[in-house]
Amino acid sequence: MTEPLLDIRNLSVSFATESGPVTAVQDVSLSVAQGEIVSVVGESGSGKSLSLLSVLGLHDPRNTTVGGTVTFRGQSLLDLPPKQMRHLRGRDIAFISQDPMTALTPVYSIGDQIAEQIRAHERITAWAAQARAVQLLADVGIFAPADTAKRYPHQLSGGMRQRAVIAMAVSCNPALLIADEPTTALDTTVQAQVLDLLRKLRTDYGSAIVLITHDMGVVAEMADKVVVMYAGRVVESGPAAEVFTNPLHPYTWGLLGSIPPLTGTRPRRLPSIPGAPPMVGRVPAGCAFAPRCPARLGVCSTEPPRIGTPGHTALCHLTDSQRATARPTTLESA
Amino acid sequence: MIAAPLMEAIGLRKTFTVGKTIIPGSGRTLHAVDGIDLRIQKGETLGLVGESGSGKSTLGRCLTRLYEISDGALRFDGQDVTKLGNRALRPFRRKVQMIFQDPSSSLNPQRRVRDILGDPLMVHRIVPPDQVRRRLDELMDLVGLPTAYLDRFPHEFSGGQRQRIGIARALAMEPDLIVADEPVSALDVSVQAQIVNLFADLRERLSLTYLFIAHDLGVVRQVSDRVAIMYLGSIVETGPAEAVFDHPAHPYTKALISAIPVPRVDPGRKGRIVLEGEIPSPLNPPKGCKFSTRCAYATDLCRTTRPQLTPLAERTVACHHPISA
Ligand SMILES: Nc1ncnc2c1ncn2[C@@H]1O[C@H](COP(=O)(O)OP(=O)(O)OP(=O)(O)O)[C@@H](O)[C@H]1O
Ligand SMILES: Nc1ncnc2c1ncn2[C@@H]1O[C@H](COP(=O)(O)OP(=O)(O)OP(=O)(O)O)[C@@H](O)[C@H]1O
Ligand code: SF4
Ligand SMILES: [Mg+2]
Ligand SMILES: [Mg+2]
Repeated sequence: MTEPLLDIRNLSVSFATESGPVTAVQDVSLSVAQGEIVSVVGESGSGKSLSLLSVLGLHDPRNTTVGGTVTFRGQSLLDLPPKQMRHLRGRDIAFISQDPMTALTPVYSIGDQIAEQIRAHERITAWAAQARAVQLLADVGIFAPADTAKRYPHQLSGGMRQRAVIAMAVSCNPALLIADEPTTALDTTVQAQVLDLLRKLRTDYGSAIVLITHDMGVVAEMADKVVVMYAGRVVESGPAAEVFTNPLHPYTWGLLGSIPPLTGTRPRRLPSIPGAPPMVGRVPAGCAFAPRCPARLGVCSTEPPRIGTPGHTALCHLTDSQRATARPTTLESA
Repeated sequence: MIAAPLMEAIGLRKTFTVGKTIIPGSGRTLHAVDGIDLRIQKGETLGLVGESGSGKSTLGRCLTRLYEISDGALRFDGQDVTKLGNRALRPFRRKVQMIFQDPSSSLNPQRRVRDILGDPLMVHRIVPPDQVRRRLDELMDLVGLPTAYLDRFPHEFSGGQRQRIGIARALAMEPDLIVADEPVSALDVSVQAQIVNLFADLRERLSLTYLFIAHDLGVVRQVSDRVAIMYLGSIVETGPAEAVFDHPAHPYTKALISAIPVPRVDPGRKGRIVLEGEIPSPLNPPKGCKFSTRCAYATDLCRTTRPQLTPLAERTVACHHPISA
């Protein structure tokens, strides 16, 4: 087996608070091979953004402690000096943040910001960089790209800002792209165009992509591998096709069962997982999902489950036969 | 008999001047909302979908009077509110709430959630001062957040948690109409389902009315009685949600629905309509149908004459060659 491009092992992230440290991310392991698309899905607040931000050194060092190991092309990232990290980011590793406004500066036009990003990592003329910025804006489906390049972020729609950030991120054909909810503000046709662009990045430059998203449709279309997070941990991971056809973790069942249908009669209420996730720092002793789990066993409330070996695995006590009886049948027909 | 709508927009326009320099007359006019007629009935949920950049948020900000309206008229509950000044708008400001697309820039970073939610309760005297605390706990509960998070600052939340603070803030005002701009886009599907159900419950309990702007068409189909589809500043189709999704009449609506990614791993998937041709600009919209530069059905008529929204069975469509069911 070849060495993965990005290898995250036992990542943990904790915050210093007034009442002592609280752990928001625990024991997260995830590896991404060259050219692979890995999707990270999971409960809102489960630590998806936090995990990847801390991998990139974008967490707040004043109150955040990061543990575990992270290697990129064999180089350890967690103890990389900030200057080297900055150099890596934007050139070899690009990041699309969940909130496009944090990635854009209000006082420069978006064309200038994209051109600036290109010139920070490549020796090309200002004029050529501008031309490339305009081409990138056209690639993400922005109207009158030469003209729109002169606009400031506040003059754009939410989805146009999001696309400007995507254009900036792909401008250097990074080896690894970490995209946090990159298409939430896009309509389906523009989203399809942007997803095509990301696939092209992979075929033309062999880029790998970590795609954080809530849209299970996008996951199904893009991902080779899926990682499901709940309460700061990875609760299931495996090849995309298997996670969709044979979801192992009851939380994943709940996720797949909550998707609103696109055809047929509408249910009066959408199914959802009852209850709420535990607060950060107050994760129960056994399985974190136990209080909400429809298939809970006695052991689940006392013993933490352990995740299996690579392949398709889940952080769950259920055996295959227990799982087969407990899993709602509606899922299989979905 | 059709009851008077709760909100009605007539020929509503919003233009922006862009590219203005110190040279006189240098600015150009961008038609973000280009003459829209819209009625929202009391108690209904109208879903608004459309191309990114087509003017949905701008329309929402006009309807809530966060923007000055460039032209046309806006009526709320029988009253003309098009030009009302800030003082006269006070009751309107409470009854009509907006949930913003970008929650992080609409929440004051210096203030704790307790104050973000609590101040409007006090200012508008929604509940007596001694009940504010309890009300705050209820609001957090409604949107599925621990009450202990009331003492946090906005940056201490995940994207989806911040979005729910925005929802709680709008609900706090006990409004009649909520303009919700992408209220669930940052939520996982399970929390999203809880919020969608919450919206439906509140609608029944408080007879709330919603304009629900979203890109997730499954969610829109679930929550909406009617939907309106926007393209380049205009509405191109309206009708009952299920009918429009099952049999889109406008070619743009059809393209939009064909491109929905399905949550199933299916390598042989086909049928998505890829839009080719020039993307039109709101600075210089095409003369005829705005969709004609990219439409597979376009004829010479389409390229010269702008189609108007016309009734077609139970819906309205702006197209010379609507697709029949
Ligand atoms: N500065 C902070 N101080 C304390 N807690 C924080 C801070 N930042 C994030 N958290 C908490 O850490 C948890 C993980 O947050 P994260 O942003 O990674 O979630 P997420 O999985 O990306 O969720 P979403 O899908 O809603 O974006 C959340 O419960 C959040 O409340
Ligand atoms: N303050 C502004 N100044 C200039 N142009 C603006 C301004 N606000 C919006 N626009 C332009 O108006 C058009 C409509 O923007 P709007 O934000 O309403 O779109 P939207 O339909 O909400 O898109 P999205 O789905 O991407 O959020 C866009 O072309 C945008 O660039
Ligand atoms: S009017 Fe013509 S160009 Fe416009 S949508 Fe209909 S068929 Fe297409
Ligand atoms: Mg996040
Ligand atoms: Mg918008």
